[in-house]
Amino acid sequence: MADDDDSTAPVQPDDGDKTASPAKLPAKLPAKLPAKERPTARYRAAALIGVLTAALGFAIAVQVRANSQSDSLSNLREDDLIGILDNQNARGDRLRQQITELEQTLRRLQDSGDRNAAARQQAEQDAAALGILLGTLPATGPGVKVTITDPDRKLTAEDLLDVVEELRGAGAEAIQFGPVRVSTSTSFTTSGGAIAIDGNVLTGPYTVFAIGDSKTLDTALNIPGGVAAATRAAGGDLVVDERDVVTITVIRSLSTPKYASPAPH
Amino acid sequence: MIAALALIVGIVVGLVFRPTVPTWLEPYLPIAVVAALDAVFGGVRARLDGIFDAKVFVVSFISNVVVAALIVFMGDKLGVGAQLSTAVVVVLGIRIFGNAAAIRRHVFRA
Repeated sequence: MADDDDSTAPVQPDDGDKTASPAKLPAKLPAKLPAKERPTARYRAAALIGVLTAALGFAIAVQVRANSQSDSLSNLREDDLIGILDNQNARGDRLRQQITELEQTLRRLQDSGDRNAAARQQAEQDAAALGILLGTLPATGPGVKVTITDPDRKLTAEDLLDVVEELRGAGAEAIQFGPVRVSTSTSFTTSGGAIAIDGNVLTGPYTVFAIGDSKTLDTALNIPGGVAAATRAAGGDLVVDERDVVTITVIRSLSTPKYASPAPH
Repeated sequence: MIAALALIVGIVVGLVFRPTVPTWLEPYLPIAVVAALDAVFGGVRARLDGIFDAKVFVVSFISNVVVAALIVFMGDKLGVGAQLSTAVVVVLGIRIFGNAAAIRRHVFRA
């Protein structure tokens, strides 16, 4: 009795025994109950209490597990769920907007990246072409090997320059004359009876490599009245050897222009 | 003694069998558990006071659970389920504290 009452003093029974239903007992034995009623009642009460507390323990375990395991949403009420749903929707909208913005940024950056890459590729191609034409890069391709013999040493610097000019005129893109890569500033000079190219004294026979259309180069050199004829007239010989692959590894260093600078278009 | 043993057995059974709570029971189970706890604390207190009565315990246990569930049910129907659940928990919590204080006085004499 009074087991679930609050802190006010519970009703005090006549004594501390466990059963109170037979409240009116014989006065002589207040602590003892009728023997026939006591055991069954006690067992039944104990069984009931056991069942109830077992059910309580079971419920506690189940509830604790359900609470810790299932997501917390399942215990919420409709209003709360609606609020959470609204929040999530707003958040989703915000994130979708961010995705759109970021995708635009990505596209913009990719475009500019593509442009940059294209510009760089173009610049690299230009640099390669200029390097080959100016002699600052090694070059390979079809061409000719020209061997000029001059046993009587009658060829002059002008004759050798004619060979180079003829090759250029025939479209040679890279020329190596003796040990020197021929470029725009290449010069043939005569010093003390010897011919020098860019200061390097040449000794015969002269070997020239040129990259270009080999047939055209051959034809240009052997044109009647051309350099081959002039060489032979001087007692020497000029032999053109057409090759599928001519590799010129000699390079020049590029001097920085001292006076000239790029003019605006 | 039986009650403590049965409580432990119930917890073990609940842990072993891992049942899932039916959906219709979900709102009521926590409140019912708290109400039953209140009854158990009251029973322990009465036992210490020497006035324990099995019948009162059983009746109060069941009625506590039923009334708590009923209040939550009504609250849900009236649209104030959350508030009423809070109210029930608060009231039961206060009672559990009161009973726990009485038990403490018995056990520790303080």
